[in-house]
Amino acid sequence: MASEDVMHAQDTGASAWGGGAAPYAIVSKKLGMWLFIISDAITFGSLLFAYTYVRVASVQWPTPFRAWPSIANASLMTVVLLSSSLTMVMAVRSARIGRRSHAVRWLFATMIGGIAFIVLHAREWMGLIDEGVRLFKNPWGTPLFGAAFFSLTGLHMTHVGIGVIYLAVIAFGQAAGKFKPEDVEVSGLYWHFVDLVWMFIFPLVYLMSARLG
Amino acid sequence: MNHAAEDAHAEGSGRLFLFIWILLLAFTGIEVVLTYQNLGVHLMLLLLMGLSVVKAYLIIAYFMHLRYEKPSLAITLIPPLVVVLCLLFLAFPDSLRLLHLRPR
Repeated sequence: MASEDVMHAQDTGASAWGGGAAPYAIVSKKLGMWLFIISDAITFGSLLFAYTYVRVASVQWPTPFRAWPSIANASLMTVVLLSSSLTMVMAVRSARIGRRSHAVRWLFATMIGGIAFIVLHAREWMGLIDEGVRLFKNPWGTPLFGAAFFSLTGLHMTHVGIGVIYLAVIAFGQAAGKFKPEDVEVSGLYWHFVDLVWMFIFPLVYLMSARLG
Repeated sequence: MNHAAEDAHAEGSGRLFLFIWILLLAFTGIEVVLTYQNLGVHLMLLLLMGLSVVKAYLIIAYFMHLRYEKPSLAITLIPPLVVVLCLLFLAFPDSLRLLHLRPR
């Protein structure tokens, strides 16, 4: 597997776990990002669990999301984020085959997707706040709906925002020729993770709270 | 590792990525349609979670490249995550207990 610039076990003639070679055959910054992603996945898992716990334990959980505009908006956000994952993967591919300017363009496309997601999400938040939803109060039912919803989606939105900044750094660095393809790939891992979390938030928070009938 | 698959991945399977993206969009569409089918809560949850896990697999394996790494990496990362998440579920009976304790 010669695609990574690491010391491979087969080169040193040693076992993969004996030291002196990269055990997983990847650069350490990639392994570091994976480990961070796993820990962050546990954080989001805990928040999702807390949301589900509070919801199961309450008698009257609000289902405020009408098909229009709420579910449509959330579905659009999902499409936007999935598309940004596609542009991200194209950026990594371009970087790998040495087309730096293409990689920068794909990175900018990904950033635009992220910003669009945040704008759509912020508009939704303003709409909910206008309807009277606060952290511990709302006009419909269980008081904790607001806290659960805003903390979960807020943390996710923060991750998207940080991701956009991260990608900007990588994009400008790529344009200046400072970063290697693996740096783009590592930023891609973070971005896909953010998308991955949304894959769980969208059905659990929005679809399960859709106003039917 | 399958070198042909590796080369295809490394060099030019923009088409593969496009295909995965379309699959992800399709599963999202199915989830939205399911929402309005008036299924029971448990069935709905099961189907949605199942689809989400499939989508998660597609993103992790293909977009995040894990399928093309050494198996040891996937084995190190995924099973402990799944175990920890399952451990969280241990507390769910408590939420049901709370529900039943509510004053009528």
